[in-house]
Amino acid sequence: MADITVTVNGKAMRRSVPDHTLLSEFLRETLRLTGTHVGCDTSQCGACVVHVDGRAVKSCTTLAASVDGAAVTTIEGIASGSDLHPMQAAFNDHHGLQCGFCTPGMIMSGIDMVNRYKAEGRALTPDAIRHELEGNICRCTGYHNIVKAIEDAAGRMTSMATAAE
Amino acid sequence: MYDVHYHRPATLDDALNLLAGADDGKILSGGQTLLPTMKQHLAAPTDLVDVRRIPGMRGIKVEGGHLVIGAATTHAEVAGSAEVRQDIPSLASLASGIGDPAVRHMGTIGGSIANHDPAADYPSAVLALNGIVVTNRRQIAADDFFTGLFSTALEEGEIITAVRFAPPKRGAYAKFPNPASRYAMVGVYVADTASGVRVAVTGAGENGVFRHGALEAALGRSFTPAAVEGVATPAAGLLSDIHGDAAYRAHLVGVMAKRAVAAALG
Repeated sequence: MADITVTVNGKAMRRSVPDHTLLSEFLRETLRLTGTHVGCDTSQCGACVVHVDGRAVKSCTTLAASVDGAAVTTIEGIASGSDLHPMQAAFNDHHGLQCGFCTPGMIMSGIDMVNRYKAEGRALTPDAIRHELEGNICRCTGYHNIVKAIEDAAGRMTSMATAAE
Repeated sequence: MYDVHYHRPATLDDALNLLAGADDGKILSGGQTLLPTMKQHLAAPTDLVDVRRIPGMRGIKVEGGHLVIGAATTHAEVAGSAEVRQDIPSLASLASGIGDPAVRHMGTIGGSIANHDPAADYPSAVLALNGIVVTNRRQIAADDFFTGLFSTALEEGEIITAVRFAPPKRGAYAKFPNPASRYAMVGVYVADTASGVRVAVTGAGENGVFRHGALEAALGRSFTPAAVEGVATPAAGLLSDIHGDAAYRAHLVGVMAKRAVAAALG
């Protein structure tokens, strides 16, 4: 068993889990944070993307034990009370989802790409967004509105919102 | 996934001791290949030794004109490094095209080359740039490192700590990604180095990455896309699978080489 201490969505917690527990299993089954989805479980679809120390990773391809001491942010941790995160609001406004299964991963990847492009001072064009979404699959093929939502959210995301990460 | 003992040693010596004491220990350095393999039960190590927190294993520095990249440096860190972009932009570009953004935040250069997947990108860079693989015991020249499919010169109890690269005069990597998996169907790294033009091909060889002597000779005479045209790539020894047969890959080698040379000439 691995004793791990992690900060999940701003709350420090300590749990003991088997060493082979995946971060996705830890979040969903141990912490009951089921917003993080598991689609393919082979690290291709991106439904399981969460942030570890501010960087997007595939939680189905990360051992929970390896994030001991880290800060994890999931889809449950990005809104401020009843105020949606700008990325969530943009997905709502642009109807950037159909069945919604891939949405948590899309939103976490979207926030990550906007943060990286802003930090580097690069323009996040629709082409760049499509390229950046290489690791997130939408089986409803609703990419068009997802791209529009991320482009819009990039404009809405202030340094305040990104600092909340 | 079967149960496994996870360890996160603080020093290289601790890591070596843990590996020596395990029935079947494996190094975890990103896990973007190893963990999926374990989930499929294609690998079932008893122990995982996570080397990412060992001081000195992670980071990029310039030493005597060489880039020294710590083995546990992620693809995203290499892609975003000002030093790499300055000294070997083709290497930064290669790193920025591995997998997808989330994979690049976890996968590491040491893990990629130690695994020597025949479709991995990094082995072509190490071979074309005449890199030096630094381990806890010795320095291994790229030409001696990759010994076959998923095989390297690494011995029991040997851990890659860094990879050293001398910046080439010019170079570029061009890959034809599989449309679904994004792995290289064929990737060609062309580098005009102090010891001549070196061309390394990944994604295509039955034995993993390999140098292309005929292309090196032709580009040594004339470093132009046109020089690639007269060079045939034999299909013998190339991979054939549902994604493309050996003849198709042989053709792609020429196409990617031409693109790489054109890109290297800017």
